[in-house]
Amino acid sequence: MKAKFVIPLALFLVLVVFLGIGLRLNPREVPSPLIGKPAPQFQLTDVHDPSKVFSSHDMLGKVWLLNVYASWCESCRDEHPLLVAFSGKRLVPIVGLDYKDKPEDARKWLDQMGNPYDLSVSDLDGRVGINYGVYGVPETYVIDKSGIIRDKIIGPVTTKSLDERVIPLVKELSQ
Amino acid sequence: MKRLLLALILLSAFTCQAKEAVPDAADPAIEKRMIALSENLRCLVCQNESLAASQAELALDLKQEIREMMKKGESDKEIVAYLVHRYGDFVLYKPPVKSTTLLLWYGPFLFLGIGLVVLFFTIKKRQNQIAETPLSRDEEQRAQSLLEHNQ
Repeated sequence: MKAKFVIPLALFLVLVVFLGIGLRLNPREVPSPLIGKPAPQFQLTDVHDPSKVFSSHDMLGKVWLLNVYASWCESCRDEHPLLVAFSGKRLVPIVGLDYKDKPEDARKWLDQMGNPYDLSVSDLDGRVGINYGVYGVPETYVIDKSGIIRDKIIGPVTTKSLDERVIPLVKELSQ
Repeated sequence: MKRLLLALILLSAFTCQAKEAVPDAADPAIEKRMIALSENLRCLVCQNESLAASQAELALDLKQEIREMMKKGESDKEIVAYLVHRYGDFVLYKPPVKSTTLLLWYGPFLFLGIGLVVLFFTIKKRQNQIAETPLSRDEEQRAQSLLEHNQ
């Protein structure tokens, strides 16, 4: 007789737990299938000097971050000061991918807000962004010495994600 | 509310313009194929919209990419593989049957099975209960007399 009450209650509690977990998940964070796969190669011109071409091939042998940003992107404004502070630690080179943006706007933006990038390149038509599976700017990729994507942070980086995800991973990969 | 409505109206004006800028009717056959394919794909920016319906910048770019791939003669399968490679199974409204999606695909049948088993045992139990309470001799006589009396 008791089971008649206990079983539905137990089922209800299980449901509550599942719904609770579901509420805490962020539906905007779609796990990237590119983690553990080689970073797509690209060759793009420098935001500051369009005559200079950067090839992602040049980064082989180095651990580096690829940060996708744009001057039109609101959340990039939130993350930018953090990136500037982070770049000051000189832990890892940061390459900026200026996604679907005018280089002159990007230059103005970097002048105003500070430039955390060792190098910043223009993805005018967003093709490179598509190859990297970018769907919401900003996004940050951690790429290892052999050119494999090891992690991806979707949306603006936070002090927490830098301290708990990026820095330990970069240190581990740099060894 | 009014403000939201105004924003929506303004926004729709912009999206209409954006749509016109793309040479849609360049090849009606490809356009038709592209729309048929992208109706089954999810837009990553506005996740409750299909790629076909979405007017998000990325969706427009991806649709253009699909058009170009179709013009190059690539099959629907190759195009879907191209998108899944970049954005994962999440772009598919119909997820593939894999070890991680087994419960998703066959879970309903599992629950149906559990339901049937529960139903079977409940009915059996009920039958036993009915069988366990036969009429006593007195009751039988009374029933008999009532039935006869009524006739």
